[in-house]
Amino acid sequence: MSEIPGDLKFLKSHEWVRAEDNGKATIGISDHAQGLLGDLVYVELPNVGDQIQAGNACAVVESVKAASDVYAPVSGKVVEVNTALADKPETINEDAYGDGWLFVIELDDADQLGELLAPDDYAELLDSDEH
Amino acid sequence: MTQKTILNDTHRALGAKMVDFGGWDMPIHYGSQIDEHHQVRRDAGMFDVSHMTVVDLNGARVREFLRHLVANSVDKLQKSGKALYTAMLNPQGGVIDDLIIYFMDESWFRLVVNAATRDKDLAWISAQAKAFEVIVSERPEFGMVAVQGPNARAKVIGLLREEDQAPVSKLVRFSARAAKTVDGVEVFVARTGYTGEDGFEVIVPEAQTVAFWNALLAAGVKPAGLGARDTLRLEAGMNLYGQDMDDTVSPFEAALAWTVVLDDGRDFIGRSALEAQQAAGSARQMIGLVMDDKGVLRHGQKVLTAYGEGEILSGTFSPSIGKAIAFARVPAGDIPLGAAGNVRVDIRGKEIPVRVVKFPFVRDNAIQPGI
Repeated sequence: MSEIPGDLKFLKSHEWVRAEDNGKATIGISDHAQGLLGDLVYVELPNVGDQIQAGNACAVVESVKAASDVYAPVSGKVVEVNTALADKPETINEDAYGDGWLFVIELDDADQLGELLAPDDYAELLDSDEH
Repeated sequence: MTQKTILNDTHRALGAKMVDFGGWDMPIHYGSQIDEHHQVRRDAGMFDVSHMTVVDLNGARVREFLRHLVANSVDKLQKSGKALYTAMLNPQGGVIDDLIIYFMDESWFRLVVNAATRDKDLAWISAQAKAFEVIVSERPEFGMVAVQGPNARAKVIGLLREEDQAPVSKLVRFSARAAKTVDGVEVFVARTGYTGEDGFEVIVPEAQTVAFWNALLAAGVKPAGLGARDTLRLEAGMNLYGQDMDDTVSPFEAALAWTVVLDDGRDFIGRSALEAQQAAGSARQMIGLVMDDKGVLRHGQKVLTAYGEGEILSGTFSPSIGKAIAFARVPAGDIPLGAAGNVRVDIRGKEIPVRVVKFPFVRDNAIQPGI
């Protein structure tokens, strides 16, 4: 399991968000989530321009084994999607916190970030899940 | 209570991710299910199938009993070691289980049945066997390793003592024989499998199974989990019991008509139901599907055809083809192959077109024509 970068925030359902400057945020799924899913083979992303709502399903990641909804950790307008994943969904397996990002949104309300789990809290959650 | 095979610690030491499979704690993969899939198609991989149930049938009337018990004809088995794939039916013609029967001698046949159906199979077989004075003995003292892939047979043969190497290498498909390893361990080697590749399934005394596995590992055979086993068998067009057929489905509705022998005067269980179904026509059929769009076909998705709705049985992403493939059970009717079949699958509310294809999808590491 790779180290969890310190600048991320998490949902209990294993999505991460990284606040960028200029009011944007990048969203992906955690390394733990990709490990649970196994080899990813397909990613269904929102469209640029879509308005997504915190807590709602906004993307789907599919492995050989299972399809899993991705929930929006924060609300906002989609401004960029990781189109490279269409041909190389396994990038998420290889680099969940880096090249395996899913999409970028323009934050409606940056305060929403404060409601998410810090890396240590997320790591603790994973630990307690395993026992 | 979760059961463990003798290889459980070995899997964990190899880094396997373990899952519950029909009450057994089994490896789903050892890192990458897709890599394991390709390993079997291109070289050699091995699966722990010790959870499967070995049942020996003994008695003077055992052949007569099997003529009654199963839908395929055991009279095809005339040479010691020859194997037969068959369905075992209930009186309504539904599939209780699918199994392999090995002919050992006229008073001894060996069955290998599914792990998840073990209890009901043993109860059913034992109940039917009484009238034929056949003794039914489960053989839990064995482990089983399936070694599959173009180089699999050579790897296994390399572990056998010299005098057994030639006879085992001459085994034709769907036949088996006893042999000894270089260490003198008695094994039962069958040229069978569940992947669409050549290879052996080897029954080993439980106490020697770990050593046998490790010897294969040392010879370069890589471990593969149930995940790869599932994608390999579906590509190979092979049914999974409980997903593609069950007690409520006849072999005709599960693309297993080829395993049913309606020979003269043989009164096997389920025969009259099958004959009635044949006369009236089956209500449902099983078809193969390929999806050219991105996405994955999965069990339970709704399938739309010109004759009505059906559902996906086994569905997965095919690592060999790079597209989703599936079996579906749909209403009977003549559906043209290809896109002309106008079959669609409902995926999260969208109707995605799929092509109807003949299966197997992949055999001997080759994508089949029309796929």
